[in-house]
Amino acid sequence: MSTSTVHRTSGVTESKLMSGSQILLECLVRENVDCIFGYPGGVTLPLYDALYDHPIRHILVRHEQNAAFAAEGYARSTGRVGVCCATSGPGATNLVTGLVDSMMDSIPVVAITGQVSTKLIGSDAFQEADTFGITRSCTKHNFLVKTIAELPQVVHEAFYIASSGRPGPVLVDIPKDVFQAQAHYTPVSSIHLPGYKVFTEGHTGQIRRAAQMIWESRRPFVYAGGGIIAADASEELREFVELVDAPAVTTLMGLGGLPAEHPNYISMPGMHGSYASNMGMSGADLLIALGVRFDDRVTGRLAAFAPHAKVIHVDIDPAEIGKNRVADLPIVGDVKRVLDKLNKVLHELAPQAREQNAPARADWWRQIHDWKAEHPLLPEVSTSEIKPQHVMREIDRLSGGRAIVTSDVGQHQMWAAQFIRFNSPRLWINSGGLGAMGFGLPAAIGAQFARPDKLVFSIVGDGGFQMSIPELATIANHALPIKIIVVNNGYLGMIRQWQELFYNNRISQAELNSFPDAEKLAAAYGFKGRTIDGAHQLAPALEEAVREPGPYLLNVRVARYENVYPMVPAGGAINEMVLGPPQPVEA
Amino acid sequence: MLQLISLLVENKPGALMRITGLLSARGYNIESLTVARTLDPTLSRMTIVVDIEPQLRSQVIKQMNKLVNVLQASDLTDSPAVKREMALLRVRAPLASRTAILKEAEIFGARVVDSSTEGFALEVTGDSEKLDEFLDVMRSYGEIEVTRSGALAISLEAKKLRLAPPVPRNAAVDEADEKLETRH
Ligand SMILES: Cc1ncc(C[n+]2csc(CCOP(=O)(O)OP(=O)(O)O)c2C)c(N)n1
Ligand SMILES: [Mg+2]
Repeated sequence: MSTSTVHRTSGVTESKLMSGSQILLECLVRENVDCIFGYPGGVTLPLYDALYDHPIRHILVRHEQNAAFAAEGYARSTGRVGVCCATSGPGATNLVTGLVDSMMDSIPVVAITGQVSTKLIGSDAFQEADTFGITRSCTKHNFLVKTIAELPQVVHEAFYIASSGRPGPVLVDIPKDVFQAQAHYTPVSSIHLPGYKVFTEGHTGQIRRAAQMIWESRRPFVYAGGGIIAADASEELREFVELVDAPAVTTLMGLGGLPAEHPNYISMPGMHGSYASNMGMSGADLLIALGVRFDDRVTGRLAAFAPHAKVIHVDIDPAEIGKNRVADLPIVGDVKRVLDKLNKVLHELAPQAREQNAPARADWWRQIHDWKAEHPLLPEVSTSEIKPQHVMREIDRLSGGRAIVTSDVGQHQMWAAQFIRFNSPRLWINSGGLGAMGFGLPAAIGAQFARPDKLVFSIVGDGGFQMSIPELATIANHALPIKIIVVNNGYLGMIRQWQELFYNNRISQAELNSFPDAEKLAAAYGFKGRTIDGAHQLAPALEEAVREPGPYLLNVRVARYENVYPMVPAGGAINEMVLGPPQPVEA
Repeated sequence: MLQLISLLVENKPGALMRITGLLSARGYNIESLTVARTLDPTLSRMTIVVDIEPQLRSQVIKQMNKLVNVLQASDLTDSPAVKREMALLRVRAPLASRTAILKEAEIFGARVVDSSTEGFALEVTGDSEKLDEFLDVMRSYGEIEVTRSGALAISLEAKKLRLAPPVPRNAAVDEADEKLETRH
């Protein structure tokens, strides 16, 4: 048996003398961690020595930021806690963007950082940074472990905090001498955090009132978000939507929470949402908000958002209730449990209630269908050039609603969200709240490690791709069969779009020249790559990429001046969308 | 508008930083802050006076309650509570004004804690306004030097303290144990 094994004899645990590094790894095993993403350094050398012959798999990324993003990709694709690891000082500071990203999108991540030895803390020692202070505001909670005695408790608390309630990142900063110290290890049997309150159940009375409001409503509308994914509540959501027979949208963070092919599903709402979604929100008399936070990218000008609607707001985080929009009926709880109970009550009330508003409900559906027909969300396609929307349509065809798609940030992200359908949760992986360029590629690495069985597309812009280009080595190293699709418009497209529309077309520092030759670039890493620019090449090239057993880099030269529509200009009301480019005026 | 917030927090490193960080991240200026251990030495009581727009008050309290180290955050601004502040001051007191100063001190309920030929050191408690007045009066006798404690407050209503109970981490442990036993 390995040295880190705990022997159990007749229910009594014999404690064993172990190093801090071994204790940490033991705790990770007990949290069912099978793989961590990281990068070593001076103060984590003792940990890496323990990892040398430990069954936990360590994936060496090429930059710590990508360790954090990969851990997120792992967490987002599975719902399990993603783990990343970095050394003190520069290693820890390189994690920060990833931590903020998981904070914004409520992703369970545990970050382990090395720290200089306890006696050196505060002395400006080599590679010392105040990681505890720096990461205070970008974690759900963080710890500085001062003694080996508290290490096991802290590690388990970190996992508990990261994964319970509203999930988020937790950082554990461990000084070198704590890794090296020896102590008798006893497994932790309980966690006591008296100030950490998680509200899961939902108030029964409120749930009853919600059911009444829902049946009384003539124009109900479901606005579901990332909370549905986090709570694993998509089954309950589907049941709810069918029971109430309400139209439903899922936000950028909630895509796949309701199958895209579901008849009640409309699309994504908000700044680049569909006409029907935004008109639906604006016309509803009851908005049923499930695991959402009324983000400005969804609501547009808040004062004009869903002006006729009463709001039922279900969220596990009490601080989200009433933060942006006052809820007429707040329910604090786990959206899965709340929906489960709500569905039961709705069922009970159904026989009397269903009939009363039937005609109004039928009118409402007619109205929704009219909006859908008036301005359907359809991908632009051309025969002379590759439209970026066309790329998404083809990826959608190959995915069939089942592939994992990670996206970077920019125009391509919006097109992917608009045109690729997701029929289950945890397939669509993107940096929603933070909008961190460079996210797409490393997130795909994490997702592919977590889900080796899955087809993974990583859709990236020519800008964002170059932010995480070093990870091509990680992909090559592990022969990860990720299909990297660069939507190459030669611009920081989203920036160019705004400069065109709102800054008199003065394109300032948004043109991207000197993109590398994709075929040679991929070949340099030992895998296949190709550049295409003709519309007729698109489908076969994507098929070839998918057929390839290993990684594939497909650089797609797309129409350079395409803009994302519909668009709600910043500060506008969401029913005042710009639906497309200005049409040429007829003479 | 000034808000009065009372917090019960775990007496742990970083706890104070989390609370003040939450306020500074939103650009709120802290007018005063007091912290000290409670009867239970693992806990501290904190009183904060901070300038927050009234409509954002409840959001800040909720955010504070979310902090792992915070057992309870309550807004005492409009609820029945006793508020006290303390000031220590040194006032120069030439022979001619000594009796007058002592008389004023008596009116305000201030105590002399040190006396020398130079002057007095005084201690006074009360609400903010009373302290302001007293300091104004003392200033009229000449230069003074002051330290103020910041507000302390106690709610006059018993507030139910809801704490999270311990949670077993059995399920995960058992699964991992099985793995451990078969591992070599
Ligand atoms: C780290 C980071 N820096 C800057 C930005 C601002 N930004 C948002 S979209 C965008 C352009 C992205 O360009 P590209 O990756 O080529 O994607 P495209 O919009 O062209 O599809 C920029 C610079 C950001 N979101 N993240
Ligand atoms: Mg681009």
